[in-house]
Amino acid sequence: MATRTAPSRLTAQERARRAARGGTSRSVPAPLLAPALIAVAFLLLPLAGLLIRAPWGHMAAALSGSDATQALVLSLWTASVSTGVSLVIGVPLAWVLARTAFPGQRLLRALVTLPLVLPPVVGGVALLLAFSRVGLVGRYLDDWFGLTIPFTPLAVIMAETFVAMPFLIITVEGALRSADQGYEEAAATLGAKRMTVFRRVTVPLIAPSLGAGAVLCWARALGEFGATITFAGSFPGQTETMPIAVYYALETDPNAAIALSLVLLVVSVIVLVSLRDHWLRGSVS
Amino acid sequence: MRRFAVIAAGLVAVAVAGCSSSSSSTPGAGGSSSTGTITVFAAASLTESFTQIGKQFESAHPGDTVKFSFGPSSGLATQITSGAPADVFASASPANMQDVVSAGDASNPQNFAKNTMEVAVPPDNPAKVTSVTDLAKKSVKVALCQPQVPCGKVAAQVFTNAGITVKPVTLQPDVKSVLTQVETSNVDAGMVYVTDVMAAGSKVKGVAVPATDNASTLYPIAAVTSSKEKSIADAFVAYVLSPAGQSVLTAAGFKSP
Repeated sequence: MATRTAPSRLTAQERARRAARGGTSRSVPAPLLAPALIAVAFLLLPLAGLLIRAPWGHMAAALSGSDATQALVLSLWTASVSTGVSLVIGVPLAWVLARTAFPGQRLLRALVTLPLVLPPVVGGVALLLAFSRVGLVGRYLDDWFGLTIPFTPLAVIMAETFVAMPFLIITVEGALRSADQGYEEAAATLGAKRMTVFRRVTVPLIAPSLGAGAVLCWARALGEFGATITFAGSFPGQTETMPIAVYYALETDPNAAIALSLVLLVVSVIVLVSLRDHWLRGSVS
Repeated sequence: MRRFAVIAAGLVAVAVAGCSSSSSSTPGAGGSSSTGTITVFAAASLTESFTQIGKQFESAHPGDTVKFSFGPSSGLATQITSGAPADVFASASPANMQDVVSAGDASNPQNFAKNTMEVAVPPDNPAKVTSVTDLAKKSVKVALCQPQVPCGKVAAQVFTNAGITVKPVTLQPDVKSVLTQVETSNVDAGMVYVTDVMAAGSKVKGVAVPATDNASTLYPIAAVTSSKEKSIADAFVAYVLSPAGQSVLTAAGFKSP
């Protein structure tokens, strides 16, 4: 009751008290508990299956096949390049979307983030229609430069970037919107040019979100399957990425498929751990 | 993607089978065998011919429904041995059928067709492919099946026979997707079955492989042991082997085994 005398502090205390009480409550209503347990089992059983069936004794043998190593190397470098490309062109786009106003901006934002919800295989078909040898742009690339994109690692990077870049854009755009523009204004008042403000003030200000967006983007690129197999095809060492290798390995060598899946699972756990702080903070604010 | 369609089709088949078996248990349904739905897992190269055989089978057996899941024989075999609800398996290679038989999921497979390879090129033949040996050229973009899929194995045999080494730009999941890459001019040539070139009509051109270099594959068919509609499954296998089924296959370009 003493809490009423100092409202602001008390609100915080009250919130903490409620949070604590909520956190330690042991009485979950049965209608919630049963479905919650089913959800937990549903999400964890497949992972348990993966861990139990894993060929622990001969993991190295299952992974040492040249195809598996090639696929892992290809996946790692293409996902990294597509994250780099996304940073170079996606961050400026996020800035444009967050800091400027022009007619049709909302429509533009909806369109560039469409790949977030678009089935990746549709993205692959769209990329084919644009960049295949007989596609909208691809035919000129082929005629003028003899450049054929499908079936090359470039196609893999394009498919991954198409699907993953929107994750970076919305993360960075959100950070730019919520960032305190006072620092930027102060820097500008002190004579900093706009690009200097962007480089020296804006980017450091949103660095955590930039990092989180890049990691999300990289993880999405690493897991890309539908757009890649549709647009880039599949050939070991050229376009056969980890997810595609897992898919085909299941037909010939299930142990290799499980081993490859475990590698991707470990990478995902690392991504999750590195993102945890960011996500926790996001849910509180 | 096809795999998800398979699962969906399987679920539908189970649901339909469940419904029909409960309805056919009512007295007075008549006839010696109850009606139902079977799911046939068949090699992608059988898409057109089996779809037609399925229609003919349905009109010959009123009330029965045949659903198909077409895909790479190797993938279909894996699905069946992992418990996919198939009633009949028609493979483009005895090896994939043997995997299913060894796992105890089928017995007594019977060969019902034979197929040989042909080079498929886009109608305008941009790389001017005139023989199978042209596929060894570096400038010719070639699509093949994955090496574990029958069409990939037979194509490799053809290349061995012709004494050439082909470096494809893509390894596709099944023969129909190789054909699609040719139809869309994404590649200059693809190794497919004679029957696929025939089925594609004017969308691709065929470049014949000389008989001395060509290789063939046998197509075995068997009812799946765990089928809940064993009598219909057996009837379908018999229909494929019957003169009616064989004439559809011959018209599609298959040879008798």
